[in-house]
Amino acid sequence: MSVVKVLEGSEAVALAVKACRPHVISAYPISPQTHIVEGLARFVADGELDAEYVRVDSEFSAASVISGASAAGSRAYTASSSQGLLLMSEVLYASCGMRLPFVMTGVNRTVSAPISIQVDHQDTMSLRDCGMIQLFVESSQEAYDTHIAAFKIAEDPRIILPVMVCMDGWVLTHSYERVTLSEQEDVDRFLPSFRPVDFLDVKNPKTWGSIGEEDMVMELRYSVQQALQYAKGRIKEIFKEWAEISGRDYGGLIESYRTGDATMILVAMGSMAGTIKEAVDALRAEGEKVGLVKIRSYRPFPYEEIWEAVKGAEILAVVDANLSLGSEGAVGMDLKAKLYGHPDAPRVVDVIAGLGGRDVNESRIREIVGRVKEAMNSGYSLREPYWAGLNEAIVPTGGVK
Amino acid sequence: MTKNKKTHEEELFVSGHRACHGCGMALSVRHILKATGPDVIVVTPTGCLETFTSPYGYSPWQVPWIHHLFENGPSIATGVAAALRAQKRESTRVVGIGGDGSTFDIGFGALSGMLERGDDVLYICVDNGAYMNTGGQRSGATPLYAATTTQPAGKASFGKMEKKKNIPVIVAAHGVPYVATASVAYVKDLQKKVKKAMEFRGPRYIHVDTPCPSVWGFPSDQTLEVGRLGVQSGLIPLFEMEEGKVTHVRKIKKKGLIAD
Repeated sequence: MSVVKVLEGSEAVALAVKACRPHVISAYPISPQTHIVEGLARFVADGELDAEYVRVDSEFSAASVISGASAAGSRAYTASSSQGLLLMSEVLYASCGMRLPFVMTGVNRTVSAPISIQVDHQDTMSLRDCGMIQLFVESSQEAYDTHIAAFKIAEDPRIILPVMVCMDGWVLTHSYERVTLSEQEDVDRFLPSFRPVDFLDVKNPKTWGSIGEEDMVMELRYSVQQALQYAKGRIKEIFKEWAEISGRDYGGLIESYRTGDATMILVAMGSMAGTIKEAVDALRAEGEKVGLVKIRSYRPFPYEEIWEAVKGAEILAVVDANLSLGSEGAVGMDLKAKLYGHPDAPRVVDVIAGLGGRDVNESRIREIVGRVKEAMNSGYSLREPYWAGLNEAIVPTGGVK
Repeated sequence: MTKNKKTHEEELFVSGHRACHGCGMALSVRHILKATGPDVIVVTPTGCLETFTSPYGYSPWQVPWIHHLFENGPSIATGVAAALRAQKRESTRVVGIGGDGSTFDIGFGALSGMLERGDDVLYICVDNGAYMNTGGQRSGATPLYAATTTQPAGKASFGKMEKKKNIPVIVAAHGVPYVATASVAYVKDLQKKVKKAMEFRGPRYIHVDTPCPSVWGFPSDQTLEVGRLGVQSGLIPLFEMEEGKVTHVRKIKKKGLIAD
């Protein structure tokens, strides 16, 4: 028997993590992540969760503590956002190389400067290349289910990599939604206790974190790449297994929404996908053949699935809530790189939207669709990304002082 | 408190590593592990010790050992200790062994956090007074007037113009149960202090002076002699503190030993 509750997104995540029975949790405050670790702290204080809860001195230590705990064979968890994720980045690179399978929530928030606590994907995008698996979620329910799957994915003996569940700050963490919670016994059945392939053990002493030189670094990187390649199949299987138990199915690495006969397909990640679905429905009712591909697994990048979903379309509008300054949005770049060489590939337009919490609502989606359609009819003039919702009148010349 | 009087005959830090001739650090680590015994997990931040002991595929460590980054030795140690507690592997203890660069400078915040939280870790700083792994640059541990590659003595400089950070006393100010200073030149004293530290639970700290022939520029067969002179001249005071109070100080027998 599952239970339906109206929960804040952060509470849903805290309940999912609790159900996964982590041994070690580290916590350092940063908005908008804080409610998650506060929720876990309450569970520990009330004796509902038997975990070592370490209140660390920085995000650098937050990531380090769960790395040490994971190396010693414990299931471990933390959460962070924005500057905290940037501060963790050195730790996360090393922990991927050392194959430490913890789980964390990357609560999406933009990065300084200007300092801002509002949502976009710039923070987790800066960790795109470290080797972590990154799973984006659209709703609090999906956040709940994805965290449960994340531990199983991380700990798979052929993956053994940290997993970050990327979840939009405020929009998901601080809004209330109807969430169905699974029974503890169902979670236990799906996710048995952590049996590490290797751990720091006095009975079997090993040396961890050695120096690799020119004779080994390429091979170790390749091994992580192979694990991520393998993970593509395994992530799908794990979500399917959980769907069979929970009854909640989100598809695999991507979710395709009304893409079958679409001439224009929007591509997006995170909570924005929900808004885009509404807009797609409204535009469809007006006769526009539009659809959506929601990317759930950003790393590993599921280009095979995306290709299958988009190959019949004429144009793709990638809505990037991030920007590689000096180039364009990261998802747009990924997609262009992977579609290049397919003779019939749809054209790709990159759209920068929603930076620093700028609202992406139905009218903004309509604006994007209109603009991209214009480009499509006029022979693809949008080589540079299109900035949706930019107020050109107030663009400062020398930074914010 | 459990008594741990035994010195382990078994070598837990064996030969074949790549330390320089006469390395005070390698020698001190060998004797530290003889005092802790084999039921420990060692955490080492980036530095000389990590570099000369962990070429991929080779290791002198006969106990489980982990290196992760330069500035997070204490937080990795916290994580290992938390996991051991969660798994009820209570007999296994965590020992951090880091150099002065990580302890005084880049990992100082993490060390302070570990001490403040009361984590069950014995943290040992093997201090050679500068960043030797990168060729001898100034650290917060470099003594007054010492010349380093980033603060050399020259026509307009005496070398380091600032005093060495007093880390043992700063550690003691966190209210930890045990702090001691030691020297590789006094191995029995070092081992005694390590054994004593292992009797306490919570964060403990030992500061070990480990002369470095390669960068200090003395002959590599003089490490122990240089270490002894450091202690006997009063430059390296050897003391113990329990709960913030000085409980023992090694007296200097003869004063005025050093002429130049």
